[in-house]
Amino acid sequence: MTTPAHISRRSLLGLAGLGAGALTLGTAGCGSGGQGASNAAAGIDVWCLKDDVQNKIQQAAIDRFNATAKAKAKITAYDNDPYKQKLRIAMGSPQQPDVFFNWGGGSIRQYVQNDLLADLTPMLNGDPAFKAKFIPSVLDAGKIGDKYYGIPNRGMQPVIMFYSQQALDKAKVSAPPATWSELLSQVDRFKAAGITPFALAGSQAWTLLMWLEYLVDRIGGPAVFGGIAAGDRNGWRDPAITQALNAIIDLVKRGGFDSNFASVNYDGDVGAGTLFAQGKAAMHLMGSWEYTAQLDQHPAFVKDALRSAAFPAFEGGKGDAKAVVGNPTNYFSVTKRSRNVDSAKEFLKAMASDAYVDDWIANGDVPAITGLESKIAQSKDAQFGSFVYKMVQDASSFQLSWDQAIENKYAQPMLTNLQKVFLGQLDAKGFVDAMVALP
Amino acid sequence: MTTQTTGFQGGAPPSALSGQRRGPAPAAPGRASRPGSAYVLPATLFFLAFAVVPVIGVFVLSFTSWQGLGDPTFIGLDNWRRLVSDPGVLAATGTTFLLTALSWATQTPLAIAVGVWAAGRQRNRAVLSTIYFLPLLLSSGAIAIAWRAIVDPNFGIAKYLGPFIGFPDGNIIGNPKSALYVIVFVLIWQFVPFHSLIYQAAARNIPAMLYDAATIDGATRWHAFWFVTLPQLKNTIITSSTIMIVGSLTYFETILLLTQGGPGDATVTLPYLMYQGAFNNYEMGFAATVAAVIVVLGTLVSLLIVRFSGFGRMRSTLEGL
Repeated sequence: MTTPAHISRRSLLGLAGLGAGALTLGTAGCGSGGQGASNAAAGIDVWCLKDDVQNKIQQAAIDRFNATAKAKAKITAYDNDPYKQKLRIAMGSPQQPDVFFNWGGGSIRQYVQNDLLADLTPMLNGDPAFKAKFIPSVLDAGKIGDKYYGIPNRGMQPVIMFYSQQALDKAKVSAPPATWSELLSQVDRFKAAGITPFALAGSQAWTLLMWLEYLVDRIGGPAVFGGIAAGDRNGWRDPAITQALNAIIDLVKRGGFDSNFASVNYDGDVGAGTLFAQGKAAMHLMGSWEYTAQLDQHPAFVKDALRSAAFPAFEGGKGDAKAVVGNPTNYFSVTKRSRNVDSAKEFLKAMASDAYVDDWIANGDVPAITGLESKIAQSKDAQFGSFVYKMVQDASSFQLSWDQAIENKYAQPMLTNLQKVFLGQLDAKGFVDAMVALP
Repeated sequence: MTTQTTGFQGGAPPSALSGQRRGPAPAAPGRASRPGSAYVLPATLFFLAFAVVPVIGVFVLSFTSWQGLGDPTFIGLDNWRRLVSDPGVLAATGTTFLLTALSWATQTPLAIAVGVWAAGRQRNRAVLSTIYFLPLLLSSGAIAIAWRAIVDPNFGIAKYLGPFIGFPDGNIIGNPKSALYVIVFVLIWQFVPFHSLIYQAAARNIPAMLYDAATIDGATRWHAFWFVTLPQLKNTIITSSTIMIVGSLTYFETILLLTQGGPGDATVTLPYLMYQGAFNNYEMGFAATVAAVIVVLGTLVSLLIVRFSGFGRMRSTLEGL
């Protein structure tokens, strides 16, 4: 008997699943479920993250949908950290959710490659009015290849150069840096005033990545990483990468960050955000969620000092200074195996409904929906909301965070190697060589 | 060797000899009614289902490429080739052995000292021991999170303590040179109580007459510890060391919660590399290869300990008493 190249997953799991521990939990009970005709009674299982505030808004949308729909939707929520693993295990089994929350890009690419997701392109193209409601750069960030697999369902999360007006005043700096050389000269001004120029939660490598993302974008434009994300590993050899890494090494050497940045946390109220709010650091390059977090923990700081700016331009760089990186938004995707694909798609239409969008704006978020200028201008976080909205609308590109965009197996090595660059353990060439050499 | 001719079984106090007590004739060795093989069946089945079969599964998986979705594809020895050529694996192996060696070399003397001290019957020792053993009640997760707060350079004790131990900016956990020592320290704090408890029980089992005899011979307390207590603890030391060493080889939670392998890859051990491979990179095949290496290493090390310590001969330290 010749050994087939593919062994049956079930029979292998009989052996290996036990060893892989957690995997078993997800797959042991399989057998039921599976593909079948539309079955309204099965309902629509919507998986998302546990978040009291967000899920209230989500639940309201579901209640509105359930009032008329035959197949009722319900939320299954998981904590942030185990979510991706739980989803992964479920997607490898017949017990999949019907609709699930994700980050687009790398977070769903393998599901698409394994033909597990419903193509939403016909739905969007069949309803131009619906499609036109979403900001195109954000909707496109949910594409895999040339097809849509995700409908935006949350606020937009660009990475912003947050700064403290009080710290700027204290160091007699008139405005946040518009160019990289301005940024470097400000580093000295802030240090002279006894203020750390940039807060950095360096124990979490993803906070470091934001610097590289923006620098590479400003120096070489979005195509540099675009090629790498599409699978071209030699793309790391692009001179823009080396130049960006050298700029980072220079900034670290100049004391742009605290010497102990690698010990600093992001989560909780004793991390980089608190150093920033306490006036110990002047600026903080962070996702837009930093605003909501500061509003929650240091509301006085938000009112008196917290301001937002774009990442500075890089002299001689090819990139557009208005381009944005970050998490365009989160998405809902529909599984192909769902017994209610059509109802699930119908549910996704609620993501563009006025009631849903209004709830998000009231919550201080900025949904990826066109034509919200006046609504946001009237909201309680008008200043910040309008900044984010304009920033994204004006952006020539909105690049998904690299660790989300790149193939899963390269994300962790990329983060580790970048951390080594920040720590002075690797130079630019060492980083590039390490990334190209990955198996 | 206990001889049968004296008429009493090993373990009976010699004083029984003077009383000429005669018990029922002991069954000759080998003919004692012992549980049949059926008694072992449940444990054997359990061991097969939850230890042997999964390990075989891990080995099978190590010859495949599998993202956790769809079917695994056999790729022959690719994962194993990658394992030997990947500099990350070598570094992680080195870190694992360093962590294991440091854990053993620090925890064993401490645990013996605390355990022997706590074996005393004085009331203050009982009270203090209870406090010492408190970390036993805490989960690894809680301990790691607490320590994460303690070593924070801006808001934790590291800020105040750091300057005294050579870290003026409190950057202990973020320094690739010192991060592993933080892990070692937390492991000491977490696991010394458990091993102390084992040593306490063992030390209390040492017959008092040995100490009496040593005292008559003019032994000091130090002599008594060195020539009576330690030799009597020999089997306990081997047991505790095996638990410690095999435990350190596979230890993982504290690293995940405290450093996530960082800074850089300074605290990436083999078990953490396996976790990263499986649940960050979704390379189940390669992760299984790392797991297989851990299984082999763990088994080898414990076999070596048993082989060279004479533990396999199951000789009691009370023989001849």
